[in-house]
Amino acid sequence: MNAPVSRGQLTSRGGEAEPAVEQALYEARQKIYPRAVSGWFATWRWSLVFFTQAVFYGGAWLRWNGRQAVLFDLAHRKFYIFGLVLWPQDIVYLTALLVISALALFLFTAVAGRLFCGYACPQTVYTEIFSWIERRIEGDRVARMKLDAGPLTLRKFTLKSVKQTAWIALAAWTGFTFVGYFTPIHTLFHEVGTLSLGGWETFWILFYGFATYGNAGYMREQVCKYMCPYARFQSAMFDRDTLVISYDRERGEPRGSRGRKVDPRARGLGDCVDCGLCVQVCPTGIDIRNGLQYECIGCAACIDACSRIMSSMNYPPGLIRYSTENALLRHWPQGRIWRRVLRPRTLIYAALLVAVAAAAGVSLALRTPLKVDVIRDRAALAREADDGAVENVYRLQIMNTAETPRRFRIDVAGLDGIALTSPGLVDGRVEVAPAAARTVAVRVSVPAGHGRPGPNKITFDVQADDDPAVAVHEKSVFLLPRSAP
Amino acid sequence: MADFNNGFWSVYIALVTIAAIIGCAVLLWVTSRAPGVPGSSGTAGRTTGHLWDEDLSELNTPLPRWWMWLFYITVVFGLAYLVLYPGLGSYRGVRGWSALSQYEQELKVADAQYGPLFQRYAALPIEKVAADPQARAIGERLFLNYCSQCHGSDARGARGFPNLTDGDWLYGGTPADIETTILNGRHGVMPALGAAVGSEQDVRNLAEYVLSLSGSPHDSLKAQLGKEKFAVCAACHGADGKGNTVLGAPNLTDHVWLYGGGVNNIMSAISAGHDNTMPAHKDLLGPSKVHVIAAYVWSLSNLGTPALAQSR
Repeated sequence: MNAPVSRGQLTSRGGEAEPAVEQALYEARQKIYPRAVSGWFATWRWSLVFFTQAVFYGGAWLRWNGRQAVLFDLAHRKFYIFGLVLWPQDIVYLTALLVISALALFLFTAVAGRLFCGYACPQTVYTEIFSWIERRIEGDRVARMKLDAGPLTLRKFTLKSVKQTAWIALAAWTGFTFVGYFTPIHTLFHEVGTLSLGGWETFWILFYGFATYGNAGYMREQVCKYMCPYARFQSAMFDRDTLVISYDRERGEPRGSRGRKVDPRARGLGDCVDCGLCVQVCPTGIDIRNGLQYECIGCAACIDACSRIMSSMNYPPGLIRYSTENALLRHWPQGRIWRRVLRPRTLIYAALLVAVAAAAGVSLALRTPLKVDVIRDRAALAREADDGAVENVYRLQIMNTAETPRRFRIDVAGLDGIALTSPGLVDGRVEVAPAAARTVAVRVSVPAGHGRPGPNKITFDVQADDDPAVAVHEKSVFLLPRSAP
Repeated sequence: MADFNNGFWSVYIALVTIAAIIGCAVLLWVTSRAPGVPGSSGTAGRTTGHLWDEDLSELNTPLPRWWMWLFYITVVFGLAYLVLYPGLGSYRGVRGWSALSQYEQELKVADAQYGPLFQRYAALPIEKVAADPQARAIGERLFLNYCSQCHGSDARGARGFPNLTDGDWLYGGTPADIETTILNGRHGVMPALGAAVGSEQDVRNLAEYVLSLSGSPHDSLKAQLGKEKFAVCAACHGADGKGNTVLGAPNLTDHVWLYGGGVNNIMSAISAGHDNTMPAHKDLLGPSKVHVIAAYVWSLSNLGTPALAQSR
């Protein structure tokens, strides 16, 4: 790329001929060795790791009414979630779920920055688990750095092999569990045992397993820095009252090491002892003391590390803490920060979130386990029977989304003398198997002399025999010829 | 290949495609390095040496190198794709893939899956197939897909399209007749006989006579006058008007009127004629699916027979 010669270059170099220098726009990643951290926020993160993984790994094994409680049966287009059986027609609930997730992300981000990234994002959660395995086998930061820098000894080979085995085992189990939500997991387990996995099952287990292994074992912070779109657009939801992990520059600077007994003020020092722990524990390898950076995933590891040092120095905690831009600038007390959580932005997000969640919840609760599609035969508009009655033909697609077989009574209304017959009906009723659909061709007839020529509005009523509340009222059109055919 | 009207365009497109891919690789290589200021080589956070408006400098924040390799991989992928699949002008690719071959492949898979079931039914006589509820359900689905456009979802037809449920058959209603009709199609012609019959009054008289055959409301005086003209019709419909299933000539003594009853409809049939086609389905569906459809269609007018009544 040809860089335009700028005024700056001309003035700073005074027009001297410099040897051409090139610099790389891509470079090898510097491996990060985060140090182990413990404390209030680390405990929170681990709690969420346990919670989300208990749901993920355990959820696949739950049973409900003799089937897997949560199963996405793609081949048959049925999605079982405990008592619910969702059909492709229920895609609106997926939309609602995505809207709720997005609004929740907006709300949490506006209140306290990248909470999701720091505590609940799968990338964070799996990196946390993989790092824990790595630490148990290879040791903490310094030990790992030494091991990587040293030559390949038997010890190094053993440690690396054990780590790889553990990582691969966990990744494979993760891939297996993931696929277990799409193929019944007991069947899948049996198939793995007898080596009779299908091609796609094998592919997705390996793919998802490999993605887990690669992202949590190697890619780590690069996923957040270079690949994740949320990371970039979340900053658009920050404002001056958003709680972010902040280094209190006023209190900390000038930084410098000192003894525990030394009064820092006497030596003109701030509270930062420049131990560098906040940098060592950072999973993205940044220095939070340089201020808020896009790499910061808000994991609060630096807060935990710094608080420990502060207390060992007998300084008050909170040199690095959750705070807002306004609070740091204007020295607001904690109460004022909390009151500013309630501001128009967060209130609007919260109101939208509650509204959408309530609408989706109510709609799910009042959902009828029956769907009916009425499809009018289009080729023949209308036909005349021998007695002059006019007939239209419809196909009723009756979908029983309950998990019990049901008999449905079909009625038609809207015109005088309108009647419905079908060879597919017994006693005016049709039986539909559990979670199945059935198509019934019905003939609707109207005696001569009733209705207006052209389209007439009619309705089909489909009602379950055993539960009158399970009913669907579908509108359709009955065509009467404009002149005798 | 008829994709292009001469070979030039195929070569032209291939060259443009390859030049674009090579161009991407060159661009990538050239832009992976940038001129910089001395001492700042390859280090994150340093400036690129660009400076605008006195103090506005551009920081160099390098992407990880694997990111660059991903770009190169897309170039390799693009070239490999063009070797394997069609893309370079009219070149077909080594794998010989086409949308049609994929469709045929999927058809083969479906045949392998459902073929045995249809073979099992094909070996049974139609009456037996019709008594099998699963076969009838398959037949109904096939009927709704392939037959209902003309004959209606309830198979009761429409004007010009026969009702398949009433037991009245133009070409015979035995299982074998129905299967033959679906396999080979039918072409029924009622010639325009206005001139052969005579004046419009003669046609009207003949139509009244035709109505009288089925005991439909008619003018008996005119019918009497039209009787002798029926000789024109008897060749196909028979002297007694009971029709002929070999020719597909309808029975005129029942109340089934394919193009509507009443004197006007019949007059128009006599003077203008009718020409009607049932298309052949042998090549479209194959004999084993037709067998199942024939069983379903036969069952519609034979629901009362003991075997079917039991299986319902």
